[in-house]
Amino acid sequence: MTKTAAKHKVVVREELCKGCGLCIEFCARNVLKESEHLNKSGYHYAEPADMDQCTGCMTCTLVCPEVVIEVYDE
Amino acid sequence: MKLKNTWPKYYKRDVVTHYCPGCGHGIVHRIVAEVLEELDLGGRAICVNPAGCAVLAYLYFDFDVIESAHGRGTAIATGVKRSRPDLFVFTYQGDGDLSAIGTAETIHSANRGENIAVIFINNAVYGMTGGQMAPTTLIDMKTTTTPAGRDPKYDGYPLHITEVVAQFPGVVYAERVAIDSPTGIRKTKKAIAAAFQTQVDGLGYSIIEVLSPCPTNWKQSPVDSFKWVSEVMTTEFPLGVLTDKRSRKG
Repeated sequence: MTKTAAKHKVVVREELCKGCGLCIEFCARNVLKESEHLNKSGYHYAEPADMDQCTGCMTCTLVCPEVVIEVYDE
Repeated sequence: MKLKNTWPKYYKRDVVTHYCPGCGHGIVHRIVAEVLEELDLGGRAICVNPAGCAVLAYLYFDFDVIESAHGRGTAIATGVKRSRPDLFVFTYQGDGDLSAIGTAETIHSANRGENIAVIFINNAVYGMTGGQMAPTTLIDMKTTTTPAGRDPKYDGYPLHITEVVAQFPGVVYAERVAIDSPTGIRKTKKAIAAAFQTQVDGLGYSIIEVLSPCPTNWKQSPVDSFKWVSEVMTTEFPLGVLTDKRSRKG
């Protein structure tokens, strides 16, 4: 069985992210994780870990204080 | 792929706010911009900003903003609303601003029943100046001016200003909500929309108290500060609608 492409896509605008980790905490499917690298401001930004699990529920965009997360739908 | 979330029309894009990571202000700013867009008020909205962390909110809001002297937000909003009743006027104030230096202005504008909306961000400390004790600081809470915890015998008890003004006949709608979870954020948006609609309908004064996390001054991680709001802060400041006289006035 071939793997189907993810139906939803989460894009974190990483240079604007402050690494508070709220999106990581409140994501029920563990789609996001903390990055190993730092961004220009010196924060460990959030980045997608397992996009196949995303249901497009938008909770990450709801809790993000900086409005840096974009969710795309098929 | 289609973008699901649209950027709030009245929130400036690609601006990094000066708020600390995990601060509740960013979330409430976005909610205010979203509600103004949904109620189609952005073109005639005037926000009165406080002294405090939100002093620079005019850098992020894409509508008209007046900067007030410390605590005088509701007095300025009164003047604006009385001289231009066609405008939509609301204040955005913190606990050090609204419930400490601005107590007189807050109480008297509420007692007059001015047709304005007040958004009251309660984070239990003076955030901008470095986390000193505010009137709303909880008992036994450690701040820079109460290093052993707030002692009620010496420092008094937390001030419940929203309960105080909710008793006044002029206050039409008062509610306390919390930024502590996705559910809390959705409830906050509903409460702010109800307060704004109260003014649009010309019913009178409304105040929404938002319990908001301040991870830096509470010396907690953003996730822990969200938990602290829901587990500790809501025991002192219970959530819910404190008064709703909309049906009586309407």
